[in-house]
Amino acid sequence: MTGGPASTGESARGQTSAVPAIRMEGIDKSFGAIRANRGTSVEVMPGEIHALVGENGAGKSTLMRILGGLMKPDAGHVEVNGRDVTGWSTNEAIAAGIGIVHQHFMLVPTLTVAENLVLGCEPKTRGIVLDYKRAAEDVRKLSTETGLVIAPDRLISDLSVGEAQRVEILKVLFRGARILVLDEPTAVLSPPEVRELWTVLRRLRDKGDTIVLITHRLDEVVEISNTITVMRAGQTVARVKTSETTPAEIARLMVGREVSLSAGKRVQPSGRPAGPQPDQGLEARNLIVVGSRGIRVIDDVSFSVKPGEILGIAGVEGNGQTELIEALAGLRPVFAGDILIDGVDMTRRSVAQRHDAGLSHIPEDRQRRGLILEYTVANNLILGVQKYFSRRGIIDRTRVMENAIQEISSFDIRPPNPVLAARALSGGNQQKIIVAREMGREFSVLLASQPTRGVDVGAIEFIHQQLLDARAQGKAILLVSAELNEVLALSDRVAVMYRGKFAVMMPAAEASEEVLGEYMIGTKKGNAA
Amino acid sequence: MNPISFLTQMIRIAVPYLFAASGGVVAERAGIVSLTLEGFMLSGAFAAVLGTNYSGSPWVGVLCGILGGLIFSLIHAVATIRYRADQVVVGVAINLLAIGVTRFFLKLFFASSSNSPRVAGFGGNINVAGFDNPLLWLGIIVAPVMAFVIYKTPFGLRVRAVGEHPDAAESVGVSVTRVRYVAVAISGMLAALGGVYLALDQHQFTDQMTAGRGFIAISAVIFGRWDPIRAALACLLFAAAETLQIQLQGSHAIPSQFIEMIPYALTIIALAGVVGRAVPPAALGKVED
Repeated sequence: MTGGPASTGESARGQTSAVPAIRMEGIDKSFGAIRANRGTSVEVMPGEIHALVGENGAGKSTLMRILGGLMKPDAGHVEVNGRDVTGWSTNEAIAAGIGIVHQHFMLVPTLTVAENLVLGCEPKTRGIVLDYKRAAEDVRKLSTETGLVIAPDRLISDLSVGEAQRVEILKVLFRGARILVLDEPTAVLSPPEVRELWTVLRRLRDKGDTIVLITHRLDEVVEISNTITVMRAGQTVARVKTSETTPAEIARLMVGREVSLSAGKRVQPSGRPAGPQPDQGLEARNLIVVGSRGIRVIDDVSFSVKPGEILGIAGVEGNGQTELIEALAGLRPVFAGDILIDGVDMTRRSVAQRHDAGLSHIPEDRQRRGLILEYTVANNLILGVQKYFSRRGIIDRTRVMENAIQEISSFDIRPPNPVLAARALSGGNQQKIIVAREMGREFSVLLASQPTRGVDVGAIEFIHQQLLDARAQGKAILLVSAELNEVLALSDRVAVMYRGKFAVMMPAAEASEEVLGEYMIGTKKGNAA
Repeated sequence: MNPISFLTQMIRIAVPYLFAASGGVVAERAGIVSLTLEGFMLSGAFAAVLGTNYSGSPWVGVLCGILGGLIFSLIHAVATIRYRADQVVVGVAINLLAIGVTRFFLKLFFASSSNSPRVAGFGGNINVAGFDNPLLWLGIIVAPVMAFVIYKTPFGLRVRAVGEHPDAAESVGVSVTRVRYVAVAISGMLAALGGVYLALDQHQFTDQMTAGRGFIAISAVIFGRWDPIRAALACLLFAAAETLQIQLQGSHAIPSQFIEMIPYALTIIALAGVVGRAVPPAALGKVED
């Protein structure tokens, strides 16, 4: 398989069958006041890789949940291989060969690979006993057939993310799926794992399976798909052949306007505001953090981020990035080493003290750490700084609202309603609340952890610009992101975390996906600066 | 102290715990908090006495007891699964309801506020040859059977999946609702058998006769880290402590209150992670959106 958009195997499919594998027409689906799908239509031909793209909240996942029988549409109809299956159940969908690989792994961590695979269709002996031996044997056989190698007896909780995804794909194939839907499959994978996934998907397609790929990464769409359906705000806006379009065109269709794809260009490649104090910014010295099982999750890491600089940290998730950020923010105790903010030792200081010293933090999990979803936008905007909005212990509502109105307009939070619960906003707008709170105040150091995760293209562009502006204003920024191209585009220097250490640190100008990719999976080890 | 009499007394004390804890394990592994065991036991005890009293046969009493536990467990299941109510709150309510309902019917059927008349039983005779109470034997094998069900059958696999990651189970067509209903119903019937044993062993029902045994059973579930065999061993340990207390009575070697504390103290120690980490099923007590 050579891959690439030029060799998508046009001749191999298409003309052979006129009946679409999936045809969904006029689908309506509402959740309360939110209309996830509005007359959405999708048509997928058998034997193709079909990309379903759209911003977050465009209704892609809802559409596929309807296809998989997890939800019933309010209106419209669904056909699979020419048969009307509207409103069917999960079991009927599985029986008809639909397999959905969910964005969040649908695997039971305490069970083995084989147990997860046979769950719901268990082989039995003597009527009631689970035939585990046969389950393991079947898994081994399927594993060899498909090239998705995995030992059946391993516990899911012991697997890497890439391996877990292999199990997910095996799971749907095990149930005889011929139509595979993958929801954001690459979100947590390293570049080599992504390449491996593409190989598997191409092999399945060439075998005649139909694949629907939900993604918002345009480079992936162009690389792997045959046909693209673009969704925006619950509606289908275009269906195009991949060979006849460009990433810029798709982005325009997704957002409804022109977007700059390359994460903004450097304002001044290595420029810094004149004469920062040498000890300003963020510094970590020989930092050691011990995890829950007594392992050093951060193992003797030292670095500094100067004012006017973005230090980007790349790496496969779970290599200590989360713990590093939490330790710096004061959310996790440090075993040894020092943390300095603007030259002041903050190692033993509380979150609030660090915050007052000028440390802002955009947490990786906005719903868990960043927001209180039931609170209004206005109240979320003063979380952690509420003491500045109160007088003698009583919150001054007028000032809270004034602040909210101002932040909503300067950070373009939509809908612009300060009394709406944060839960009601889209992921991108929820993230903007956090960005507004953390960056709309005086600060000198910013920890930005996965700042654009699960955020739509328009909001990504906006957040990137905020980061670059802050850098130009002389803020020291530590950026952690699973998106390699984000790290590369924004950072002055990049480091790769691998097993709690910096595997390498280099100027961003010298780094590339290929170079960093090798450090990310540990095939190449180097000395961190 | 005679070791044989110690052992037989310990087993007789342990049987209600073994039934209730086995029920607790299956419900909790499916993700439903089992604070209700006490209420299930009490309702089972009363229904058994009622059935035995009117039929004269303890076997009819056993069936009635199972039915009583089943009814209460279904109330619990409907409230927590169908209506997604908080499992702890409903659990407390079920226990209070069981106390009230049994007291009410005690008055209604037996015109007493303290106890029922004497009913037939299986006879609690214990000799070297063994026990002549079939419920005793059942109580001894219930935990191994539960272990087999949970680890070796498709239903058990589903129970474990549903309690850890219900979305994953649902996505492969396993009905989380159905598995949980069945698991709670089983827990109701098993816990009720614990109550049935207790009532028939004493040949009568007395008001609030379970006296916290359901809570000791739930302690055993937690102390046993949600594993049927380990939970059963915890039951035996707690029963041994109680036996010791009874046999030491009169000697005043240790104040009995200290021995009564043992199950709860051990549970707190277990939860604090002193003896290995106690990791509950991930979806335990969670109300799904």
